[in-house]
Amino acid sequence: MSSEIPQDGLVLVVRENCPTCRLIAPVAADLEARGAMAAIYAQDNPDFPGGLRVRDDRHLEVSFRLAITIVPTLIHFQGGVETARVIGWSRQEWSNLAALDDLGPGLPDERPGCGSLSEEPGWAEELQARHGETGLDAATVTLQFPEDPFEIMDVRGWSDGLPVVPPTPARVLAMLRECTLAHDHVLGSIPPAGVELTVEKAAINAVMAGCRPAYFPVVLAALDAALDPDFAWQGLLSTTMGAGVAVIVNGPVVRRIGLNSGFNVLGHGNRANATIARALVLIAMNVGGARPGGTDRSTQGHPGKHGLCFAEDESDPAWQTLAVSRGIEEGRSAVTVFGFCGTSIMNDETARTAEDLVVSLARSLEAMCQIRSSRRGGGILLVIAGEFWRIFRESGWNRARIETALHDATAGPGGKTPMFGPGDLLVTHAGSHAGLFSTIIQGWGSGPAGSQPVTREVET
Amino acid sequence: MTTILLDPTAAHAAPARQRVAGHRSLEGLTVGLLDIGKRQGDVVLDHLERLLGERGIRTGRYAKPTFTKPAPSAVIDRVTAECDAVVEGLAD
Repeated sequence: MSSEIPQDGLVLVVRENCPTCRLIAPVAADLEARGAMAAIYAQDNPDFPGGLRVRDDRHLEVSFRLAITIVPTLIHFQGGVETARVIGWSRQEWSNLAALDDLGPGLPDERPGCGSLSEEPGWAEELQARHGETGLDAATVTLQFPEDPFEIMDVRGWSDGLPVVPPTPARVLAMLRECTLAHDHVLGSIPPAGVELTVEKAAINAVMAGCRPAYFPVVLAALDAALDPDFAWQGLLSTTMGAGVAVIVNGPVVRRIGLNSGFNVLGHGNRANATIARALVLIAMNVGGARPGGTDRSTQGHPGKHGLCFAEDESDPAWQTLAVSRGIEEGRSAVTVFGFCGTSIMNDETARTAEDLVVSLARSLEAMCQIRSSRRGGGILLVIAGEFWRIFRESGWNRARIETALHDATAGPGGKTPMFGPGDLLVTHAGSHAGLFSTIIQGWGSGPAGSQPVTREVET
Repeated sequence: MTTILLDPTAAHAAPARQRVAGHRSLEGLTVGLLDIGKRQGDVVLDHLERLLGERGIRTGRYAKPTFTKPAPSAVIDRVTAECDAVVEGLAD
């Protein structure tokens, strides 16, 4: 306990912008006049209540140390130990605490208080970082004015090339509050270096990627999926072919965190879409050591290596979601990770039937096929936008029929050279409802010998 | 005014491994030829096998199931038990 806080007597915490605090200002003056008040702390205006000896707590340190949740709060100390506190105004309880029986004549008997400024969104973690024990393990880097954190982080090699958000203790604490795992819980070994990743290091990198705390459960689910040996993250990170991680999100979490499934779904403009997969990229770089030219051997790479995350369009109940098709219970949130080597938009303005559309889609899929590579097919994530889905739906087709038709149409004469093995073709639905487009996202190596998509439920 | 940043990098480095000293000569040794599963990797290794055979050097052929994932420990154990040196065929 700070030595500034009185050891004995009554301590009152108020703020002017609280009707109950203004109501009890005469009581505070009465207690001070009678010598019963040891200290008054004001959270917003050190001149309130006027004419009294008020201590300035605009930095909220005392409010944090006293764990004030509501103002006014009246606390009694004896020998440096809190013996009792009253939250809000109650003539009876204030009188008992002050051992005076004629407080606040003319005031109502009781009046609830207002929220403490120390409880404002974002302040709890900031105050914890400033005045409390963070309990975090990471080494700290202290910058003095005028050092620019953005430049320092870049110089230290913490960035993927774009500016990163400074991972201050307050921001990291806020991120950690969004998960039930302990900060030192080990999530797994991050390739290529095979270094253990703790929840805390994941949170630091998620902050840097620009994630809001509410995104963190999705980041953790995506990490868990990426660490599944079937995903072969090590291969994706170190391959010369240049592969990135796509994260497709389903379920209620999409609306809760504001993920985009509509206009420009694979492009820019939405913070959740832009940052969730980027967190995995930064973790792979900062913890796994995957740096271009080092253990990341990408010959060319592609823009999607910055990380691709999007939500599936679940607005049409006739569309079975990707997560449900992969065994997740309806109504649950999930992520699916897919290793990919680039995207290509496919356009067909003449097809009017599902059968016709399958022909052009199949020819486009074949065009993505690596005919002289060991990765024939290589896995595909097909993102069907609104108008293509309308054509399929009006033809009475569903997900299963689309997948079967595309398998058949790409299997060569007599079905003897199938382009896709089981599970190598993922079909999803996203994008705006106008425009005769779909996007073909080219996989890396598919099947058990390559990188297989992995789905995980999001723990919320 | 100070700003405190938390270090995002690994707290611990990957485990350091001692390098095995190189050989001055391959005479009397066994050289493992490890195919990682990439197309045409066998072309390189076949050539090496022939060249080494012409010099009377023993060779052994080994293979990873796929280049996309680390070698299974059984493969690594066999190579280390049976060979004095190893060549990996990347062929990229």
